[in-house]
Amino acid sequence: MSPAPAEGLVPASARTSTGDVSDYIALLKPRVMSLVVFTALVGMVVGEAQVHPVIAFASLVMIAIGAGASGCLNMWWDADIDALMTRTRKRPIPDGRIAPEEALSFGLTLAVGSVLALGLIANWLAAGLLGFTIFFYAVIYSMWLKRSTAQNIVIGGAAGAFPPMIGEAAVSGSIGLETLILFLIIFLWTPPHFWALALVKSSDYARAGIPMMPNVAGPDSTRRQILLYTIALLPCGLAPLAFGFGGVAYLVVAGLSSAAMLALAIKVHVRRAGEPSSRAAQQLFAFSVLYLFLLFATLLAEHGFGLMRPLGWT
Amino acid sequence: MMAGDDRDPGPGLSPEELKRRRARSVAIALALGALALLFYVVTIAKMGPQVLNRPL
Repeated sequence: MSPAPAEGLVPASARTSTGDVSDYIALLKPRVMSLVVFTALVGMVVGEAQVHPVIAFASLVMIAIGAGASGCLNMWWDADIDALMTRTRKRPIPDGRIAPEEALSFGLTLAVGSVLALGLIANWLAAGLLGFTIFFYAVIYSMWLKRSTAQNIVIGGAAGAFPPMIGEAAVSGSIGLETLILFLIIFLWTPPHFWALALVKSSDYARAGIPMMPNVAGPDSTRRQILLYTIALLPCGLAPLAFGFGGVAYLVVAGLSSAAMLALAIKVHVRRAGEPSSRAAQQLFAFSVLYLFLLFATLLAEHGFGLMRPLGWT
Repeated sequence: MMAGDDRDPGPGLSPEELKRRRARSVAIALALGALALLFYVVTIAKMGPQVLNRPL
């Protein structure tokens, strides 16, 4: 039997959340949010659509809130397995600082609000895409794929790949080839990125019963698949050059970072045991973040800041 | 709580929890204020000069 509460206090189970503001911000996964805002912004500028800057800014705010909502709903659903993993056990819900019901209400309110507001501010194509992305991440990925298949992050990666399309749709009302290519880049980047982390954290995932690729197919198969996805990613990363929306700066940055990405994926494939294998996986994980950032930042600089110098052959 | 303040301190909340609740309330107020400002600016941006065009 649990001890009786002190006089004047109600049992902890009947209380509301005691977390501070930073706990609610943590529920929104701010680092994921920043990546979503960044890629959506690049989607806005590569389409070259003319739109009032206030509308573009407000649309970005709604996309950010929608991304936060999906992160919050993901944390609400995954609280049980988050409590089992060292990487996630200090999150606000498993740590008891925020009640699950409050996180659910918070996430749903932000999801519905952001989709409706984006529809009213920009257009309903962008709002529909944002709503579908939240649904895809929270329901298709979190509730279904994550615990049922080793292909979870491959298919679920689509959720992270939609923001450039949402950004372009918000400012132009349509989706062009440019953001389809950006979608493909993020989609094919996701498996090498997450599987590199999963190779290092496989015991964590095993404890939580999540069927990540290293736990299901084994580390060697995962290393081979990381290399294959990286090889598939590289031509997509260079595709903006072929389709005329990547200039001289993009040629240099994408060329060098693609070579580095391939070299690190080969290193992960070759080093299969002990500390060197963990270090290689950590290096690939860290560089993969930089790779995506460099590609998108270069496109942003070329299209958003007038630094585009077209290549001769396009 | 200040002396003479007869507001309900909440269901058995400690001073630290009360402080956090107040911080949450301030954050919600600021977020709502920011959203109201954003919607106002968006309305002006969408309507443009038409916002001044009304019958007298």
